[in-house]
Amino acid sequence: MDSEITSQQPKTSQVETKPKLNPNNRSFKLQAKNVDVFYDDFQAIKDISLDIVENSITAFIGPSGCGKSTFLRLFNRMNDNIDGFQMNGEIRIDNKNIYDESIKVEELRKRVGMVFQKPNPFPKSIYENVAYGLRIQGVKDEDYIENRVIESLKQATLYSEIEDSLDKQALALSGGQQQRLCIARALAVKPSVILMDEPTSALDPISSGKIEDLIHELKKEFTIVIVTHNMQQAARVSDNTAFLYMGNLVEYGDTQKIFTNPKKDRTQNYITGRFG
Amino acid sequence: MNIKEKIIEKVLALCALITILTTVGIIGVLLVEAVGFFREVSIIDFLTGTEWTPLFADKNYGILPLVSGTLLTTFIAIGVALPVGLTIAIYLNEYAPKRFKKVLKPLLEVLAVVPTVVYGFFALMIVTPFLKLFITDLSGFNALSPGIVMGIMIIPFVSSLSEDALAAVPDSLRQASYGMGSTRFQTAFRVMVPAASSGIMVSIILALSRAIGETMIVAIAAGQTPVFTFDPTVPIETITAYIVKVSSGDVPQGTVAYQTIFAAGITLFVVTFILNNISFWIKNRYQEKYE
Repeated sequence: MDSEITSQQPKTSQVETKPKLNPNNRSFKLQAKNVDVFYDDFQAIKDISLDIVENSITAFIGPSGCGKSTFLRLFNRMNDNIDGFQMNGEIRIDNKNIYDESIKVEELRKRVGMVFQKPNPFPKSIYENVAYGLRIQGVKDEDYIENRVIESLKQATLYSEIEDSLDKQALALSGGQQQRLCIARALAVKPSVILMDEPTSALDPISSGKIEDLIHELKKEFTIVIVTHNMQQAARVSDNTAFLYMGNLVEYGDTQKIFTNPKKDRTQNYITGRFG
Repeated sequence: MNIKEKIIEKVLALCALITILTTVGIIGVLLVEAVGFFREVSIIDFLTGTEWTPLFADKNYGILPLVSGTLLTTFIAIGVALPVGLTIAIYLNEYAPKRFKKVLKPLLEVLAVVPTVVYGFFALMIVTPFLKLFITDLSGFNALSPGIVMGIMIIPFVSSLSEDALAAVPDSLRQASYGMGSTRFQTAFRVMVPAASSGIMVSIILALSRAIGETMIVAIAAGQTPVFTFDPTVPIETITAYIVKVSSGDVPQGTVAYQTIFAAGITLFVVTFILNNISFWIKNRYQEKYE
């Protein structure tokens, strides 16, 4: 499957990519078109265009400050509230520009879930954490909420560990469990895209491994974009990898190719650990 | 210069000791005089009696009228300060631009440095006549007007301390909430306020304890009529106002009438002491639970 995608991957950054279908007719779920991002005078993202296919895992890698988190947060508009944020270009989800005035940010974020670097469960019970997204949407049907909570916890491979203690404080869980709870919380509202911003960087290797397995599972239903510092992780979990450097998209393509045979020297240097 | 260092150390310790000794001294005097009082008056009558007439020929020593007056003004004050203060705190923390917050917060705290005597005649001369436009049978002295004014005075207690509590909630929780598609309002009320609830509770209790101990405003504008009532439109008397009245009057020292101020004083002290301890306990017990 990976190879099929590869053949149709857009070459690299500065080239405009028209929406096109790949051989197996999967449409582009996420698209960035000539995106620039500024924080006041600082340009964090420089004219990046890239297409992400549905039900795939895409990793953004690059050294600290390269703009990978900023780029990720464009897809659910989490940069909007940052002082001095300004952007040009388009981010399209299902072929709709999400920065269009007609788009309601709250609606967008219900479709595009996010998992953060540090596990950040609310200081509520496990149950209420997962139910949160449904409650803010005004869902009143408790049976439905309960179903979604249990289903999401199962999907996040956490349920078997905590099924008897759904009323327990979420903060009493271990770090790895908390992060899976945060994933369950994101899943409960049935998003189609999940953004993950270094989801395992605060976790131990065993917990990280569980999250990686989980990400693999989730690919069946969701389009996943993951920012990671950890190159092995990118190589293990992702189908496609984008390498960013100082706000530029240096190289984007099939993960195996990027890691075994990168086209650009800079990518080569980064993945072999010569800088960054 | 070892000796010099030692002298400095002793002087500093002495300063600390003086404050502690003062507190102990006050409690001691209160206790001694109150014990004298309770030799004459049974503590049950004191706590359950609904007539407070120690200065009249027909003497009654039931503290309840003073307690009801105090609670009435206090709850009116909290009724004003809690919604307004909390709204301000939420506004400052979730909505206001950072620069604006930096200016606004100290400005709000100015409310707390207005001399209370100014608030007092403000209540009597301006707020009461204004309220009379709407409540025609409002007395010239009443609990409502000083209660409201006192509420305004303690707004900074609630807003400032609640804002501190909200600001201490990790930004990651706010991000999580926004990431789930919450509006600002939902983020504020479903995530931030619950996460900061212990700090907010503390702010409310400290404001309560400030309102209970407030003297000048109620002494000026609430009246000096100890009645056991929860009607905010009639003249009442608070514990503090009673103490002012007797202290500045010509009650002979050593009489039971004189000792009533110590009995009233110790009642006040016990209540605020308990409240302060509750807030201290909440602070230690629940603080940073989200970390």
